[in-house]
Formats: sequence, C-alpha cells, structure tokens
Amino acid sequence: MSNFSLTASILKRNEEGQSAFIPYMMAGDGGLDVLHERISFLEEAGADAIEIGIPFSDPVADGEVIQEAGSRAIKRGVTLRKVMSELQAQLHSIPLVVMTYLNPVLAYGVLEFVEDCDLAGVKGLIIPDLPHEERGLLSNALIGKDIALVPLISLTSSPERIEKIARNAEGFVYAVTVNGITGVRSSFRSDLMDHLSDLRSVSNVPVLAGFGISTSKQVRHFSAITDGVIVGSAIVTAFHEENLEKIQTLIKAGRTAVSQ
Amino acid sequence: MIQTVEGKGRYGRFGGQYVPETLMEALSELEEAHDSALADPEFIDQLNGYLKDFVGRENPLYFAERLTEAAGGAKIYLKREDLNHTGAHKINNALGQALLAKRMGKRKIVAETGAGQHGVATATACALLGLECVVFMGKEDIRRQELNVFRMELLGTRVESVDKGAGTLKDAVNEALRYWVAHVEDTHYILGSALGPNPFPKIVRDFQQVIGQETKRQIVEKEGRLPDAVVACIGGGSNAIGMFHPFVEDENVALYGVEAAGGGISTGKHAAAIAEAKEGVLHGAYMYVLQDEDGFIQEAHSISAGLDYPAVGPEHCHLHDIGRVHYTSATDADALEGVQLLAQKEGIIPALESAHAIHFAFDLAQEMQPDEILVVCLSGRGDKDMQTVRDALGGGVQ
Repeated sequence: MSNFSLTASILKRNEEGQSAFIPYMMAGDGGLDVLHERISFLEEAGADAIEIGIPFSDPVADGEVIQEAGSRAIKRGVTLRKVMSELQAQLHSIPLVVMTYLNPVLAYGVLEFVEDCDLAGVKGLIIPDLPHEERGLLSNALIGKDIALVPLISLTSSPERIEKIARNAEGFVYAVTVNGITGVRSSFRSDLMDHLSDLRSVSNVPVLAGFGISTSKQVRHFSAITDGVIVGSAIVTAFHEENLEKIQTLIKAGRTAVSQ
Repeated sequence: MIQTVEGKGRYGRFGGQYVPETLMEALSELEEAHDSALADPEFIDQLNGYLKDFVGRENPLYFAERLTEAAGGAKIYLKREDLNHTGAHKINNALGQALLAKRMGKRKIVAETGAGQHGVATATACALLGLECVVFMGKEDIRRQELNVFRMELLGTRVESVDKGAGTLKDAVNEALRYWVAHVEDTHYILGSALGPNPFPKIVRDFQQVIGQETKRQIVEKEGRLPDAVVACIGGGSNAIGMFHPFVEDENVALYGVEAAGGGISTGKHAAAIAEAKEGVLHGAYMYVLQDEDGFIQEAHSISAGLDYPAVGPEHCHLHDIGRVHYTSATDADALEGVQLLAQKEGIIPALESAHAIHFAFDLAQEMQPDEILVVCLSGRGDKDMQTVRDALGGGVQ
C-alpha cells in the first residue's frame, strides 16, 4: 500500500542512504503571492516534500509560533479555498502535503476539497484533529487518488494502537516526538529512541519525526534514527524573519546518513 | 452530511472524537474509568455522600406562586440549582469528575472557565479532595469576573489568563486542551459543559442528570404526576441535558431549550448555534457550530458569559434533529427582564444564564392552562452578575 508519490519521494532519499526532510510553511504568512516562491525555494534547498499549513481560527495542536503565523495569514484574508486556488494556478513537481484542521475541510465540502487537492498536485493530507477512528470521513473520498492520508502516532499511543495505525498508514507515519503542541523544545524524553525504533519495526511506510525539532543538532539527531524529519516552527520563524540561510542550513543538516 | 466508520460516542450524526492522537488513549482510559465508577456502588455512595453533605442536595423544587399568578397560566416550579454550594449546577459535574480523577490516580486537574462558575466549582472540588488545579480563563472574562478569579485563587487554584482570540470561553478551552495534550499522563481535564470529545458529553450528562432525577421525584410527590413542560437554558448545555435526560422517554413532557440570542439572531451577535444551523467540528465534537463560510469558528455573543460559546453539545444537536426537544432563544434584553421579574415576584435573583430560561418560561406559561405544570431549571444564582446587570440597566432598576 505504499505506491503513493509521497512515499516514493521519501524512499528515494532513503535509498541514497539519507534521511528525508519535510519543511512546514504556513500558507499565506507574508501573503499568498509569496506562496509559490517559497515552495520553489524549499524545493531547491533540497526538501523531499513540503507541508503546507492552512490557517485556522482554533489551532489546538499548535504552539505560539504557528498560531501567530496563522493569525497573520487570517488577517490577510487567507482561507483554505484561496490556498487551494493559488496552488492550482501553478503546479510543482515536489509533493505537497496539506496540513489543515478538519472544520475548514468540512465547510469546503469533503468531495470538492479532495477534487481540488488532486487538481493542485497535493499528494498528502495531515489532519491533526482526525484520529484513526474517524478517518473514514476523508478516506472514502480519497480512494483511487494519489493523495495519502498521513496518520500521526504519539508517545501516548499504546502498542495495539500503534500497530493498528501503522498497518493502515499511507504516505508516511508522522511520529509526534513530544506530548504537547508544535513548537521549539530544548529536550526530548529519554525513551524516545526506543519508541521510534519500535515504530519503524511495525510500519510499512517511512517513519518521520516531528514536533519540537528546531535546531540543526536536533535535525541531525533525529535524521540518524528515523526515515526523515519534519521541521515546522523554525522554518515558519525563518521565513517570517526572512532568514533564508537558516532554512538552507536546517535542510543541509537533514542530509544525515540514516541508520537501517 | 457527515459519515462515520467506527467513531465512538455518537448522538445520531453528532459527537465523535476529533482530537489529536496524543489524547486518544487518555479518552479511552477515561471512558473505561467512568463506566467502571458508575457501576461501583462504593463510588456512587461516595459521590452521593458529597452531594448531600457538601453540595446540599437534594435542593428544593419550589412552587413559584406569585410568578404563576403573574403569568396567569400553568403552575411554574423552579428547580433550585442556585441553592447548591458555589451557587450553580456546575458543582455536580466538577465534584463527580474530581472524584473520578482521584480514582484514576490523577492528582492534577486542568479546567477552562467562562464566567468563572465552572472554574470556581472545579477549584472547590479540588480543594475538597486535595487535588492540584490550574484553570484557563480568557483575559476579557477575567476582566468581567474579577471576583471569581480571586475566589479560585483563594481556593488554592492557579488561574492562567488567555489573551488569544477574543479572550473568552472558546479561547480558554483551546488553551486548556493544549495544556492537557502536554500533561495528559498525570492530569485530568474537567470539562465544564456537555461538550468536547467522547466520553465528555456522556460524563457531564451522567453527573448532571441528578437534576432531572430529583425533579421527577419531587414533582410526583407534590403533584402526583409528571410536568407538562420543562425549560432550561443552553450554552454548551450541561444543566439542560442534566434536566432533560431523565424526561426524554416521557413523551408527554414537552422539553424546551433556550439559547442565548444576544443582541438578536438577525444581528449576527448571538450564541444561538442551533438557530444558525451550521454543522461542524469544534473542540473534539461534531455539533452545530457558529462559523463563517470558510469554516473559521466565530465568536459567540451574549450578556451571559456562561452561554457565550459558539456551539451546542452533541446530544442536544441530536435531540433537536429528532424533534424531541424544542430549541428556542432569548435575547440579552429578555434575560435582563427575566432577572428583574424573578427578583421582584419571588425574591430570587437568578444568574443571567438562568434568566434566559425564566423569560421564555414566563411567556410559555401564559399560553398554557392553569391545570398544567411547567418546571424551569434555575441553574444558578445571580450574585456574580450584579455588576453586569447594573451596568446594562444603566445603573438603576427599570
């Protein structure tokens, strides 16, 4: 079940002996007119896929940095519909993964949203408030499409849940590395290594680590023990501060040999 | 229309568990603990003991004679939740959940509060049971309800100000959820209304239905039969679900839920999510939710902070859909009239929330016959609202 373009892009990097890197950006932070420019920049800097965050009024899974970026985008009038239409205007070869809360998708209409994702070249969806048991809400509409519904697995997920989720995973498994919301962390739990290694042993798709990973050192650390890393808040901050060099440095740090 | 595959905790198509994965184990652990607690006679005895000796239950079902005369229709009874310790029905649930947390071995509690009633009730239950408590409260609500903040602090609770969004209840819930995600392994979230992901709507209902059960027993003692109509106000819907649930199977009892219409439904400045009839997901459940066409959740507006929430609990949404409960609304102005009416006819100053129900019930009673019986849930007392009411009345009584 891993014939998704998104999985292929990650595996391609892994086959080169390297860990994949997926940056997150908030669509519409800095204006929708810089969306394509930023996607192209991340692609050229070496990203293997790009997470496109959609602003929402009540982002309960996000920390300060992404909440504020979302608020800035909302103040500019950015909505899911506007992002989808902008994405359709110019297609990219790098797989795009849309990260949105559920309610904007319901307001959009699930079927229409999936159609528009398809037209916009979206290859994956991450919906933080759509757990495994409720995924049928979207997965039925995704049948036959090259759009992976990427599941999240947390440190609190039981072994039975991990197995159930990993077995049905599409695209990749998003391994949440902290109990908490997105944002910069200075330290991680000591049993995290075991958790990630267990996850990789039961998953049929690549396992990528995300939440709290923000420094080059952390990127190198997680790149060595997973199939890839996702960096959000640090990228969002760097774009906001127009510190593009920082982004290149982070992606370069991700070019770490992955242990098998 | 929403389709579900194996989702739990559904009320028709409403409810569910739309939360981050980090909370899923905690929710299933909570559901198991709740089911096992309710089946344990020792837990029930313990809960009932506190409800009797600490909360002061059972509270009266009071015949409002002068209010009945003034309406000139059905006999009006008031279920006196305002006489509970801490002054509202909120303590029923806060105490039940605090006992549940203790049973689960969780010594830390997080909660949200709007007007402060649930926050004070939770702080009270935590002080009683020796639990550590943090309450998130919107900055605007802290300003409006300064004394309740002090009450919580006096009870040993830490109050965290939330300055995001409009700084009201919705933002406080967001922040409490974020806190819970980060501390889920040793902390229980005492949600204050019949909202949120499964099993919260069920837990809150189970701990609140003592209201309806007592009412049923008391009205049969006094009148020898069930009432013809029952009225309660609805924000998230905890006092209403507690009052209605024991009557749902009694088809001859008409049930009325009164939403907050704020400045009027047509002004768009209101909290009447059922009246607006837009469906969506907020704080873990599929419900009627105030939102714009892009799915952004809108701010609710009501003079009563306790009804100032942009959605209505999933079980109410279902009871609306199947036509079992009639949902209507009362404006800020109606509620202010309700406060004065009850104060002057009965010597009882109701909370602004409850005053919505009083106003509607007074109108309804007039359309009913003198041999008919109407019960209103007087969910809380009005002390907390004196500043708001005085300001709204321009400093004097009309």
